[in-house]
Amino acid sequence: MSKYSKTLVFFLSLWPIYVISYQIIFNQLGPEPVDRIINHFGEWTLIFILLTLSMTPLKKITKSVEWIKFRRMLGLFTFFYASIHMLSYVGLDYRFDFEPLINDVLKKKFIFIGFSAWLLLIPLAVTSSEKMVRLLKQNWKKIHRLIYIIGIFGVLHYIWLSKTIFFKPLIFLIILVILLLFRIKITRSASKI
Amino acid sequence: MIKFKNSEITPENIYKKRRSFIKSIGLSASTLAMSAIPFVNKSLASERDKLTSYKDITTYNNYYEFGTSKSDPYRNSQIFKTTPWDITIEGEVEKPIKLSMEEISEMFISEERIYRLRCVEGWSMVIPWMGFSLSKLLSKVNPTNKAKFVEFESVYDPAQMKGQRYPVLNWPYNEGLRIDEAMHPLTTVVTGLYGKKLPNQNGAPLRIFIPWKYGFKSAKAIVKIKFVENMPTSSWMWASPREYGFYSNVNPNVDHPRWSQATERIIGEGVWAPRVKTLMFNGYGDEVASLYSGMDLNKNF
Repeated sequence: MSKYSKTLVFFLSLWPIYVISYQIIFNQLGPEPVDRIINHFGEWTLIFILLTLSMTPLKKITKSVEWIKFRRMLGLFTFFYASIHMLSYVGLDYRFDFEPLINDVLKKKFIFIGFSAWLLLIPLAVTSSEKMVRLLKQNWKKIHRLIYIIGIFGVLHYIWLSKTIFFKPLIFLIILVILLLFRIKITRSASKI
Repeated sequence: MIKFKNSEITPENIYKKRRSFIKSIGLSASTLAMSAIPFVNKSLASERDKLTSYKDITTYNNYYEFGTSKSDPYRNSQIFKTTPWDITIEGEVEKPIKLSMEEISEMFISEERIYRLRCVEGWSMVIPWMGFSLSKLLSKVNPTNKAKFVEFESVYDPAQMKGQRYPVLNWPYNEGLRIDEAMHPLTTVVTGLYGKKLPNQNGAPLRIFIPWKYGFKSAKAIVKIKFVENMPTSSWMWASPREYGFYSNVNPNVDHPRWSQATERIIGEGVWAPRVKTLMFNGYGDEVASLYSGMDLNKNF
């Protein structure tokens, strides 16, 4: 049964791909298709960061370790969608014209922080295998705590690029804060024991 | 140039046919009449000046009174009531006046005015507005010698406008122009588009349009025009003074903190279309640059 649940989560995690494929094929991308593609994958990257961060709290709440086995896959999907998000910005929007791109990264804080978040995802993706977990031992955990910073960077990226925090950026922020507060609570109660 | 795809609206097709007909016979009487408005006819040639489809113009809007997503205004504005509607012109004037929409449409004849709309977010549309110069409307009052600016106030009606129930902006929406900008012949009072009544999501029943400024300067659903002595603080300036200046002229050399203004994407062009270079004053420099001679446009952004 556990084998099937993982496969199921895998195919569910491809949902953003199904949606965008449908929209491309049936010409449903709207008046600003490039923007639509970039935003679509950006938003799904954030959703996957939040999903990844939800597994540990779910484990505690439901007292079931089942959740943890999805964590790596969800994390890798985060990296996957973040990469498409960035590539569509670099390739579709700027057509690999690096001069204005570098200008953007340096001058616009939302791009700077978004790009930083993507860079920080790379070591996590690279060290995600079982072998790396064994190899890095205690350090693995330390490296993978980067996901908290990535989450904060990602949500800031969204807030800073939006003209107003209402409402989607605010919703992401609230969920992220709840998920991060949960960590503080865990470590506090853990240190008491 | 004629795109039939997606157009569920027949008048648009007829409209475009008519346009190409006018083009084909050259300077017909009607184009002569229209050439009184600068920049209308000379723009027809190039690809970037192709009219944006009626569908895109009326379903892709920034109109936060009806919600912050681009599709919200179309969805949430259909039952918005625009009758009766009065507009007051007041402030530093000898005698304030109040005009109903009916009176305005009797007094002023709307003509077709094709202008490019450049959004601060980095996209543009070419819209065949129906309207007349704001100067004609403003000439109905006599400003006092204190009057230096013109303020526009949009309607405040949270019962009908969902977005106004939240503090997204400092409601009611507020915008302003210097008097010489307001009196410029390109500054237009808009009452329609594509030869039809102005749709609610585009600012019905009456809005202004200033072609050389970023779109947000062109306030929608206006109920009050006020002559004032001091520079007004617009809703967007109030929200973020660092990002939104009073002038907000389209300027590829002055970047917004979040969007590069050097280029823009043309709405309706598809996934593979490249960005195009943004033009100074949105391409209306010949007509309006003199308004700002001697001003540092980097400071007065």
